[in-house]
Amino acid sequence: MIDMSNVMLEVKELTTKYITRFGEDVYAVDHVSLKVEEGKSLGIAGESGCGKSTLALSLMGYYFAPLHYTSGEIIIDGRNISGMDPDDVRRSILGTEIACIPQSAMNALNPTQKIINLIEDVIQAHNPIITKKEIYELAKERFEILGLPAEVLQKYSVELSGGMKQRTVIAVSVILCPKILIADEPSSALDVTSQKMVIKMLKDLMKNGFIKAMIFITHELPLLYNVTDDILVMYAGQIVEKGTAKEAVFDPLHPYSKGLMGSIIVPESGLRGIKLAAIPGVPPNLKNPPAGCQFAERCKYVQPECMVRPVDIREIGDGRAYRCIFSEEQLRKAYNSG
Amino acid sequence: MKHTLRQVFRSGKFVVGFSIFMALLLIVIVYPLIIKDAPLVIIGQGTFFEPGVYVNVYDSIGSPHYTLNLDNAAAKRIASKLGDEDRLAMQEWLLAYGIPENEIDIEDTVKLLDQWANDFDPTLEFAGMTYAKRNYYVRLNDSLEGILETEGVSIAVRNAETGALDETGIVVQSDYVNISQVPNVRVLPLGTDNFGRDVLTELIRATGVSLQIGLIAGIIATLIGLTLGLLAGYIGGWVDDVIMFITNMFTVIPGFVLLILLSFSIGQEKRGAFTIAVVIGFTSWVWTARAVRSQVVSLRNRDHVNLSKLSGHSIVHIIVADILPYIASYVVMAFILQISSGILAEAGLSILGLGPRTTEVPTLGLMMNWAMIYQAQILGKWWAYFPVIVTIALITFSMNLMNTGLDQVFNPALRD
Amino acid sequence: MADENNSCLSGSGLTKVFGFGRQKCVAVDHVDFNFCNGEIISIVGESGSGKTTLAKMLLGLISVTEGEVCFQGKKRDISTQKKKKEYWKSIQAIFQDPYCSYNMFNKIDAVLLDCIYMRGGRKLPHAKKVELMAEACSFVNLKFEELTNKYPFELSGGQMQRLMIARIFLLKPKVLLADEPTSMIDASSRATILEMMMKLRNETGMTLIFITHDIGLAYYISDSVYIMEHGKFVESGSADKVILYPSKAYTRRLISDVPKIHEEWDLSTV
Repeated sequence: MIDMSNVMLEVKELTTKYITRFGEDVYAVDHVSLKVEEGKSLGIAGESGCGKSTLALSLMGYYFAPLHYTSGEIIIDGRNISGMDPDDVRRSILGTEIACIPQSAMNALNPTQKIINLIEDVIQAHNPIITKKEIYELAKERFEILGLPAEVLQKYSVELSGGMKQRTVIAVSVILCPKILIADEPSSALDVTSQKMVIKMLKDLMKNGFIKAMIFITHELPLLYNVTDDILVMYAGQIVEKGTAKEAVFDPLHPYSKGLMGSIIVPESGLRGIKLAAIPGVPPNLKNPPAGCQFAERCKYVQPECMVRPVDIREIGDGRAYRCIFSEEQLRKAYNSG
Repeated sequence: MKHTLRQVFRSGKFVVGFSIFMALLLIVIVYPLIIKDAPLVIIGQGTFFEPGVYVNVYDSIGSPHYTLNLDNAAAKRIASKLGDEDRLAMQEWLLAYGIPENEIDIEDTVKLLDQWANDFDPTLEFAGMTYAKRNYYVRLNDSLEGILETEGVSIAVRNAETGALDETGIVVQSDYVNISQVPNVRVLPLGTDNFGRDVLTELIRATGVSLQIGLIAGIIATLIGLTLGLLAGYIGGWVDDVIMFITNMFTVIPGFVLLILLSFSIGQEKRGAFTIAVVIGFTSWVWTARAVRSQVVSLRNRDHVNLSKLSGHSIVHIIVADILPYIASYVVMAFILQISSGILAEAGLSILGLGPRTTEVPTLGLMMNWAMIYQAQILGKWWAYFPVIVTIALITFSMNLMNTGLDQVFNPALRD
Repeated sequence: MADENNSCLSGSGLTKVFGFGRQKCVAVDHVDFNFCNGEIISIVGESGSGKTTLAKMLLGLISVTEGEVCFQGKKRDISTQKKKKEYWKSIQAIFQDPYCSYNMFNKIDAVLLDCIYMRGGRKLPHAKKVELMAEACSFVNLKFEELTNKYPFELSGGQMQRLMIARIFLLKPKVLLADEPTSMIDASSRATILEMMMKLRNETGMTLIFITHDIGLAYYISDSVYIMEHGKFVESGSADKVILYPSKAYTRRLISDVPKIHEEWDLSTV
């Protein structure tokens, strides 16, 4: 029974930074707050350099230099893991509470080990007394439910195709049934058919209760729209828009999300030759972030007051939020007039 | 260009390597201008003179004498004649003689000599004392004669008419000469080798020659390897097959054996340093060719090469502008390795006696060869081989350091 | 019947085979096509379909095993380096990864000057050359004064691709072949690049050939679409016809596998 009101992951004002070799601080994740309820999936959209992959690493609580935790809270199913010692995180959080599949995870499979050996490794690290036979039975059952043939267990990763590798990595990473799964661009390097299989598997994981909540990170918006319930848009390390998938794609409020949604290309009738939105300029250099709104220098609707002070995120109820000094009505009026 | 030079000198590693190399080069160039002696001139009659300052005794007698009254002069004199080994030997003899141990103090020179003078009897034989040991004690006794003397020595010249010795002067123990007033003083910082030649002069000259050999061998080997590698890698097809066939042949035959055969067949008379360098160069290009070829093969399908083709550039232009800069770092590394292996190959040949002619110029390898043959390492004559090893190490080290420091030149993306 | 007067690039029985014996690989298998002047064509296929090999054959970068290519209605002859150079005055390319497309030792000025030289502008006075380069840069919304003496890798991915388009502006070829030009670019910059290529086409009447795996992009931008699978053209025709009314199963599967916004994405057919 999925309890929709049970918050699986709550993040409050999380800030993490990179320290460059010259000693400069780069705030890649800047006061990010989000909430994911049981049975729901959250999508994080953004372009290269916006901080979404850093956010994925930060949410795991597993920090490696040069990435450092600065402030904020991460609460998984009521348990606060922020500021925890990395060794404790490795032992009690990773894989059991929260699992992460980083970009190109499928290339991280050890080529000298069979898949079943990798699974044995993972399970025995948390449960030393379980026997190999039990592990095999568990793995076989799990793979079959997820639509992967049991033969894969006896193969080496180099014998598998790209799509199969990615699905295997996902299956192995959730073998201990973590509460939350974070997937960072799980299907970007795959062809469309394999992509579909990966997405179906992720949905099956949720359906079968192997994971309770999911965070999906990608730059491909049509994918997010079809996979996730809610969408967050990130820009320059900050969240600039929050809402349900429908709201974010069809009724974006922040000028950046508006531009992003306006650049979507899909093979649907009537969409040939429409005017695509283009956002001029490049994202700001996070070593020297601008004083006011981070998007101001690229924004079509910029006003002098945008450059003065940093802008806070505005909550307008029902989980809807955006980061702009203008009100909803002002923004909609501006969009309608072109 | 100026910007590139500035970049180059910013790297700490490059600067250190460059300094060491330049220092070596400067010494090699400047030293012969100051010390004009030929390197292979035998100056020492005898083998392996130790490093030090050699003062002509005959001239020091004739030079003005100065009286210096120094406290520890007498003690130093005795200590040099009576080393620790000798003291222990004396103690051993005295114990065997029957003097109780607690009465013998080897540190107290005066008392020890006193006991010795009173008790030593060359005719006495103790159990277990070998004949050689007895002779040793006799020699020791003789050398101790007059050790405590405070009298001076007389200098006498033989009278041409009478045949008798006429005393011309006395040298007392407090007489000193000023070295700068002695006309013949020779500093031998590294002593002499087994033939009696000044090791330092030899070493510096040998460094110069070995560097030349290494450089020539390195240039030849790298040029051959680079050209063959580029052609085989970029053109491919039958050109590649032919070149690889030749390379494989050279791989299968051990390079050193080839070197020996070539060296031998050239014959002693024609075997100068330059010839050896060329021979080494022509037999050691294999690795470079292979390495360059594999790099080029991976580069030739890159987008920027395709784009260059589409811009209408000729094959030569593409190889020089689009492929060569990308493998430059690799090639320089190969060049440096070829230089050091060239020097070592020559050393190997020289140790076998197949190196350059031994009568004109020394090389580092030859010096090692001589040291080995004349057993310098067994005899403990470190100055005959150790400086050579250090020099070879410094040359290779400085060049490798320069190469690692050149990263920023070879990869513009790393420049700031 | 192909309109030979208007035919820009056409091919019949075009084949490319790599290796021989057991390791034989037929990358392109007897394809026929006819691209008209000024048309925008997309060749859509998944990885391993042979589309990049076909592109390289069209560009003349790799040799043809079998079949014939006709350029401007006449049989193409690129047997010598001189003839190849002549051919490349009329056909140019933009590649996928902007970071790999440039020789990292060449400054931006050198890159643009190369294009001027290819069109015979070596003897022009320096001021005229700078004027041409500035014009090309402003066409792609870049400022030449800011770019001069810099290296391409100092720019962002989107800017580097735009610089590629500036090159094409200077070269003014009859055909531009773009191999996945926007797959490594952010969505927000993608539109700009596509817009610039369209503008160039509209001003010069250039034929655009897109090689892509993104069927949405193919539908959005092209007049004709060719679907490629395992070295063969499975289906071809106008964009509307192929994408909205596909006749072959492969095409249908390809379209249904792409996530859409206004239509349902059916995951049950996996």
